[in-house]
Amino acid sequence: MADTVQTWGSTVPDKAAAKPNKMQKFLRQRSTIAFLMCLPLILIIICLVIYPAFYSIYLSMLNKSQTRFIGLGNFAFLISRDTFWQVVAQSTIFALSAVFFKALIGLITAHLVNNLPVKGQRKWRGMLLVPWVIPLALSTLGWWWMFDPTNSAFNYTLRSLGFEGIPWLSDPYWARFSVILVNVWYGAPFFLIMYLAALKSVPEQLYEAASIDGASAWQKFIHITLPMMRNIIAITVLFSLIVTFANFDIVQIMTAGGPRNMTHMFATYSFLLGIRSGDLPLGAATSLFMFPILGIAAVFILRGVRKRGREIG
Amino acid sequence: MSSLSRRSVLKTAALGSAAAVASPYVSGAYAAGTLTLGCWDHWVPGANKALDKLAQDWGEKNKVEVKIDYITSQGEKDKLTAAAEAQAGTGHDIMSHRDWNIRIHQDKLEPLDDLVNGLIKQYGPISPVAEYLAKIKGTWRGVPTTVGSQVKPCCSRFDLYKEHAGIDVRDMFPADEKKWDKAKVDSWTWDKYVESAQKLHKAGFPVGLPLGQTSDAVDWVGGLFNAYGVVMVDAKDNIKINSDETRQAMEIARKITESMSPDVFAWDDAGNNRWLISGKGAGIMNPPSAWAVAKRDNPKVAEQCWTHPVPRGPKGRFVGQLPQFYGVWQFSKNKQAAKDFLTYISQKEAVASLVEASVGYDLPSFKSMYDLKTWNEVEPPKGTVYGYPPRGDEQTSIVGAPARSEVGAQIYNQAINTVMISKFTQGKEKLDDVIKWAENELQGTLRA
Repeated sequence: MADTVQTWGSTVPDKAAAKPNKMQKFLRQRSTIAFLMCLPLILIIICLVIYPAFYSIYLSMLNKSQTRFIGLGNFAFLISRDTFWQVVAQSTIFALSAVFFKALIGLITAHLVNNLPVKGQRKWRGMLLVPWVIPLALSTLGWWWMFDPTNSAFNYTLRSLGFEGIPWLSDPYWARFSVILVNVWYGAPFFLIMYLAALKSVPEQLYEAASIDGASAWQKFIHITLPMMRNIIAITVLFSLIVTFANFDIVQIMTAGGPRNMTHMFATYSFLLGIRSGDLPLGAATSLFMFPILGIAAVFILRGVRKRGREIG
Repeated sequence: MSSLSRRSVLKTAALGSAAAVASPYVSGAYAAGTLTLGCWDHWVPGANKALDKLAQDWGEKNKVEVKIDYITSQGEKDKLTAAAEAQAGTGHDIMSHRDWNIRIHQDKLEPLDDLVNGLIKQYGPISPVAEYLAKIKGTWRGVPTTVGSQVKPCCSRFDLYKEHAGIDVRDMFPADEKKWDKAKVDSWTWDKYVESAQKLHKAGFPVGLPLGQTSDAVDWVGGLFNAYGVVMVDAKDNIKINSDETRQAMEIARKITESMSPDVFAWDDAGNNRWLISGKGAGIMNPPSAWAVAKRDNPKVAEQCWTHPVPRGPKGRFVGQLPQFYGVWQFSKNKQAAKDFLTYISQKEAVASLVEASVGYDLPSFKSMYDLKTWNEVEPPKGTVYGYPPRGDEQTSIVGAPARSEVGAQIYNQAINTVMISKFTQGKEKLDDVIKWAENELQGTLRA
């Protein structure tokens, strides 16, 4: 028996090695290997992103007790509600103002850090990234304590300096300001790091040539830096816009949508309707409401990015 | 606990049960399988241990392994877990459900008529709020728990009330119902409350009633509205908010609000507790949690606290009640054991141990159990929480009733009543406009 095996072993494998079968050929292709290596990630995305996304679309088309398909009935109901439009307006104000200030602060800070001597730059970069690195729920709790309606640390300081305390979270407009402020504090480092990377990639020769032509710092910024950073600005703004529109933690922890529903965002309102009030389909419809609008915005922004990419190429 | 381990636990339980049936003469330590519970994580340190002990005792006696996962209600994690289990069709055998969650998951919960009706036969009438929340279309889908169930009566600083408002709350509500003087009890009205709130505000110790959108705010406003006969939506889906009763109650709310700190609009459920514990406030409406924390953090304040019934209005004296329930999932593989265990922990002896462990915070849904010694003995001062269980003419209520519970859940969770007051007082909107806004919101809650 052992001899027979040896005989087979000495002839057949050599032939196989000389002529790989179809399956072996397929497995040896680079694209197949790449696909197999990506497979775990693809599976994770399918399970944790694509499936929940399609499930929430399906859920948003069911009636309250999830027993009947009602098409776009939940969306039709939402657009007939005043409070929902209030949420739309608030989410838009929140997202646009927060993204604007994050981009502005990120841009200014990136320039400042870029102009620091190389030796000290790393320390500053690290320190400025701290807000973005701390878990958001934890840092928001810290902010909440500082804004605490009754024992605010800020108000304590203001009062000891002889000023009046500010109703940070009990006045709806101050509450809106507070949640935007925390979002800007948290998100600006992301812009900083992206813009810093973009600044580093601008060829130094362009600035040297502009200096020879007598361009001022402002002219260099407008005519060199900004055009070279346009793509990265567009992508970061788009990314941040999507994330800020979907913000949940900051508002939920600091105001839970109050006072008078005046700080609710899509995510917090969706949580209120879906989880707290037990109307999952309506909650899903609320959370999906911005999907087409953000989708269209993404298409336009990414089209611009591609166009500029081709021009550069 | 991961779903995988739960599945394996359930599988083991099922196999164990099958083995027990197939081999009747073999009796292992847990011959009757495993029972898993997802329970509300009690805020009172050590209170969970009382339930653990009951589970252990019952498990040993009945050869069932009982496993309890305590799930915090912070960030509604317990509700999220229940929602996930309901959607997945797998999870614990028994799940605790706060407030409206029985209604939300009614289609996935086992009927518990035999169990609850048996308890009613044993202990007499059950809380109408518990019945409203858990008896759906004539079927009990949950059994009221002792753990975590609560009402929100007044918790007042008797020293400040006496000194600045001329009211002796201990004399009005002594720690023995037999000694209550009807005339004195009847004098504790919402008008009187407003008057005392104004005096206390003037003296620098305002009362602290939250006006955010969380349950403490919704519940005290609910008690006020009920005392004036305000009906938001009736049982037949008629919107009734535009009424003289509403205008009367809103006027009382306006006067109270003017006598409080403007911070109340941003308070969550801990805001009023902190207000009392800090020593700045003369009174709140809350379970004895504020007093218990004061006992630990500011004993001088705790020594001056007295829990007593809420004020009455033209239609009666109503305190907000927020019961919790245990539900048995239809996908549970050990339903009979679940029902037996729930029956066991609903007995008065078991209830007494739970109430004691929670220092009187946990409140059973049977009035016949309000004579437990814990509420008489807890101190300081002795008898401070005697008035916590509804006594005398105090009735329990919940915002949203008498509307269909589907509608009531929306009214409650969207805090329509507190937003009305905030709009009227903080927002300075005209009362008619506020009522119109509420009508529109209530119309939304009637969505099929």
